[in-house]
Amino acid sequence: ENHKRMGHLGGSVGSAPNSFKKSEVECLIRLFHSLVERANVRLNNFGLDRNAFRAILHSVFGMTDDMLMNRVFFAFDKDNDNCINAKEWVKGLSVFLRGTFEEKLKFCFEVYYLNGDGYISQEEIFDMLKNSLHQQSSEEETDEGIRELVDITLKKMDYDNDGKISFADFEKAVKEDKLLLEVFGPCLPEAKVECQQLKLVKGTF
Amino acid sequence: MGVALTRSAQWTAAGYGTRTLEITPLNEVILKEIVMFVESFIYKHPQEAKYVFVEPLEWKTNLDPSAFESGYIVSETTVKSEEVDKDGQPLLFLSVPHIKIRSLGQLSRLLLIAKDRKLKEAQACIEANRDPVTKILGLDYNTVKEDTSTVNILDKITKDEDPESEIKMKVGMLLKQLDLHLLNHSLKHISLQICLNPTTVKNDIELLKHFSGKGEQTVLESIDYTSDYEFSNGCRAPPWRQIHGEICYVLVKPHDVETLCVTCSTEGVFLNGGKTEDEGEINYERKSEIYKDLVTFLKEKSAKFSENMSKQRKREERKKERKEKEKKKREKKKNEKKKREKKKRKKKKGEKKKGVGEGNKSKSKTKQNKTKQKRTTGEYLLILCTLSPLASPGSCPKSAEKIEEILSDSSSENEEDEEPPDRRQEANADLPSEYWQIQKLVKYLKGGNQTATVIALRSMKDFNLAQETCQLAIRDVGGLEVLINLLDTDEVKCKIGSLKILKEISHNPQIRRNIVDLGGLPVMVNILDSPHKSLKCLAAETIANVAKFRRARRAVRHHGGITKLVALLDCAQSSAKPAQSSLYDARDVEVARCGALALWSCSKSNANKEAIRQAGGIPLLAHLLKTSHENMLIPVVGTLQECASEENYRAAIKAERIIENLVKNLNSENEQLQEQCAMAIYQCAEDKETRDLVRLHGGLKPLASLLNNTDNKERLAAVTGAIWKCSISKENATKFREYEAIETLVGLLTDQPEEVLVNVVGALGECCQEYENRVLVRKCGGLQPLVNLLVGINQTLLVNVTKAVGACAVEPESMMIIDRLDGVRLLWSLLKNPHPDVKASAAWALCPCIQNAKDAGEMVRCLVGGLELIVNLLKSDNKEVLASVCAVITNIAKDQENLAVITDHGVNNDKLRRHLAEAISRCCMWGRNRVAFGEYKAVAPLVRYLKSNDLSEDVDNCITIHENGNGAVKLLLGMIGSSDHDLQEAAAGCISNIRRLALAIDKARYT
Repeated sequence: ENHKRMGHLGGSVGSAPNSFKKSEVECLIRLFHSLVERANVRLNNFGLDRNAFRAILHSVFGMTDDMLMNRVFFAFDKDNDNCINAKEWVKGLSVFLRGTFEEKLKFCFEVYYLNGDGYISQEEIFDMLKNSLHQQSSEEETDEGIRELVDITLKKMDYDNDGKISFADFEKAVKEDKLLLEVFGPCLPEAKVECQQLKLVKGTF
Repeated sequence: MGVALTRSAQWTAAGYGTRTLEITPLNEVILKEIVMFVESFIYKHPQEAKYVFVEPLEWKTNLDPSAFESGYIVSETTVKSEEVDKDGQPLLFLSVPHIKIRSLGQLSRLLLIAKDRKLKEAQACIEANRDPVTKILGLDYNTVKEDTSTVNILDKITKDEDPESEIKMKVGMLLKQLDLHLLNHSLKHISLQICLNPTTVKNDIELLKHFSGKGEQTVLESIDYTSDYEFSNGCRAPPWRQIHGEICYVLVKPHDVETLCVTCSTEGVFLNGGKTEDEGEINYERKSEIYKDLVTFLKEKSAKFSENMSKQRKREERKKERKEKEKKKREKKKNEKKKREKKKRKKKKGEKKKGVGEGNKSKSKTKQNKTKQKRTTGEYLLILCTLSPLASPGSCPKSAEKIEEILSDSSSENEEDEEPPDRRQEANADLPSEYWQIQKLVKYLKGGNQTATVIALRSMKDFNLAQETCQLAIRDVGGLEVLINLLDTDEVKCKIGSLKILKEISHNPQIRRNIVDLGGLPVMVNILDSPHKSLKCLAAETIANVAKFRRARRAVRHHGGITKLVALLDCAQSSAKPAQSSLYDARDVEVARCGALALWSCSKSNANKEAIRQAGGIPLLAHLLKTSHENMLIPVVGTLQECASEENYRAAIKAERIIENLVKNLNSENEQLQEQCAMAIYQCAEDKETRDLVRLHGGLKPLASLLNNTDNKERLAAVTGAIWKCSISKENATKFREYEAIETLVGLLTDQPEEVLVNVVGALGECCQEYENRVLVRKCGGLQPLVNLLVGINQTLLVNVTKAVGACAVEPESMMIIDRLDGVRLLWSLLKNPHPDVKASAAWALCPCIQNAKDAGEMVRCLVGGLELIVNLLKSDNKEVLASVCAVITNIAKDQENLAVITDHGVNNDKLRRHLAEAISRCCMWGRNRVAFGEYKAVAPLVRYLKSNDLSEDVDNCITIHENGNGAVKLLLGMIGSSDHDLQEAAAGCISNIRRLALAIDKARYT
């Protein structure tokens, strides 16, 4: 039965031009199961919970920001069951490692808007940038700096001037300058990690 | 204006009654501003110009009544304006020499009438009316003005409502504005002046004293105060002079000038009227400009002082080094001694020994103190020197470095070679708002994590980075350091963001230097190895911008940048495999393009050209030349064009079949590409084979057609250059005629910049070696503009013009025109040009002129001093000049009368003959000249001349002719066979003389 599901997944994911070959998908799924086992999750045998996933993000993809890792987890977890299953794993990784620009754009936007209203609000930006400045002489000063950074990004990205960033805003800004893709913090694997991981995926065969 | 006049204008201190304005730069500025204000008043404020003053302004004028024209009633000694006040009184009344004026409009007009004397008039007016504002507005208004609050003025306006007082108010406000403006002006002026105080002056004098005395090495013979008494405040000037800021008076005797009596005041140092003999009193009046300190003053006044001062400085530097060494040595010794002493003490514990040891120690200590003191004075002197403007700070080491650079790194273009002074934004200048915003962003760059950094970088990019204020702001708030540091991190996004900014601001020459100084180049060179294509591109593009000056180019080479940049060119080639997708292909092409762009900048240094070649750049460039991307082709051709100044590049360009592609790209639509291709052809076409290749690949036609577009001067210069070099081949010149290029070239002889003219004339000179082309140039009216160009000063241009004129003069009909245009005289006067090339070229051009002139003899004689001039040129050391002059003389000598004149001019006949013979012999040593002599049929008349003057009877001459080897003798032998009887005879006579001499020498040897 497991094998059948694998084949199904391989077929559905493999249709996009940049995504994995069937063999690669199989490899990823095997990797998933081994990770699930290693995580030794008692409650749920079908997937990775948040902590396990965060550990993977940290050790494999070199991410460090807890808050952002949480957000990446939620972006992976499409069905909101607080657990990532094999399908979500493969789909997520296909964006992570082979995603087209459009896919990454969508993914990043999903990571950045959390409350689900389809916009990145000013408060959310503030939250995400909260730790982006090293402590200045006083807390107020740091806060002020962060507020300023929020203003800068809003000025840059909020094209319709409604005080929040819609997907259209985000898309337009990022298309103008790709540096803005991960504007509120790294949520994609770094370029060099990406290369390594791709080799890893290929290398297992 | 009142405040400015009373407070900041410098009035002569001494004097009674009407004081006069001193002639100082500040006063002049103030006067000029006032004149400007008054002059334009009548246009700017026609209403207010009619306002009638409370009291007239009166002064003694130098203007003559006759200067006044319409609008005035003029009699012999009086002038009245037609403009009158409401009582019918004229607003201007002149009764020589007193003038009274009662309106600003009339003042305006008067200044216009005064023309170049208006400054004098304004000065006289202000000197005679010490408080003009009161006179204009009345006493009460002046008090309002002193309150300096506009509120008061407004109050007054609203209180009395009649229109006249409103105008009066306006006048008052305008005057107040002027006053403020003047004050600002003088403030600026004053802030430039350095204030001296008694201590600095004293230090200066003490120091100079230290280096004064008898002997050549000292900076001054003597320097002394005029008074021994020093007041408690450090001044030596009498109290009533201290009020004027004067500190002391010094008698200075430099080596090369009379004793100078100098006033040191807080404003600076200047020459005073000197000490009067009898009473020892000083004439305090200022007699020179004000200098900012004593050293500057003396450097200006005494050359010897300036010279010895710089010597002294060097000596001090050397001394300092030596002393440093000595000091180290001494310290070493001392340490050793201490150790020894310790040992001794341990061993013996003897009181006496210890005492001796201590004595030694203290002695060396005092010695050290002494040297220290000396050193500080030396250092102070150094500081003194560096402060004065003649020796800019640190100029010495820098120039040394420069020389080293020049030696190691000669470049084909000397753009941006001198390092411009660093311009920092002045601290008190009004900083633009961008400055503060950028400062904040830099703060986030410094104190932020990757996310904040990227946001700040991104935001910084949104400023107008092409604007200098932003560029300098980034630097001045320490942004450059941070940006360069970011390049050293692992964060790709930060690197990209940083490079994007560096790429933009490095268009600024100052920023380039700062980047190099901060060590930015090695980091960028390292990035060229990165696997990220966009990073590579950005780094290469930034290098392309930075490497616009020699030091940067050298840094790129020294850090292995050239090899890496050449490797970038390879990208396009390796990915040209069909398997790769087109997207990647485009990115690889972009990498190669950026690499070429950087190489283009780097290739301006000769050493880099060689490095590019060694790194295997030529085949790669040749390969890229086959692509069709214009953006790629421009830097590629640009690099090749720069490098083509090197011989081995030209050979490689031929071998790699690059010419074909250059020609192909001449047909491109892109002007810059056309220009670079033409430049490359210009560089390469010195070589005959290359010229033929250009023709064979059909390059002449596009070149000819590009001539028709004259808007882009750079391209025009390149194209005409290429045509010039190509037309050296006869076949090419013929082709150019077919393409109607000759007519166009003639059309370009006027109204073009010199770079274009040089090439156009050069091309015409080459083309006119052909008969048809010569005729064509004449028919198109090219002779007039050519002859006109003979009066230029550009050396290269003159060489080309003379050559072209000479080529045209071969045609008798053209010659007539040239003669009529006075061309011969102009050519002749060019013989006086300091450059030997011009001289020689002019002389060569004269040959056909003399040959083809109708009455050459008469023409030459008409040139006053002409023959003398040419005879004198025989003394030149330059072979080319000698050869050409000989050719001219032979041509002149064809005319018997001139021959006689030449003989006359050779005041000392023997000397002349010797010169001539020497000239011939020297020239004959040189193969090309022998041919030239033959061509110009020079030998026969020369020999005839030699014979006619029994030249060869002179032993010396025979020796020279004999010694010059076979050339002359061979020619002479040839001439014996000539059909001309006289010539035969002359030649034979010559040879017989030479033989006789040879026999005589032999005889002498045997006896």
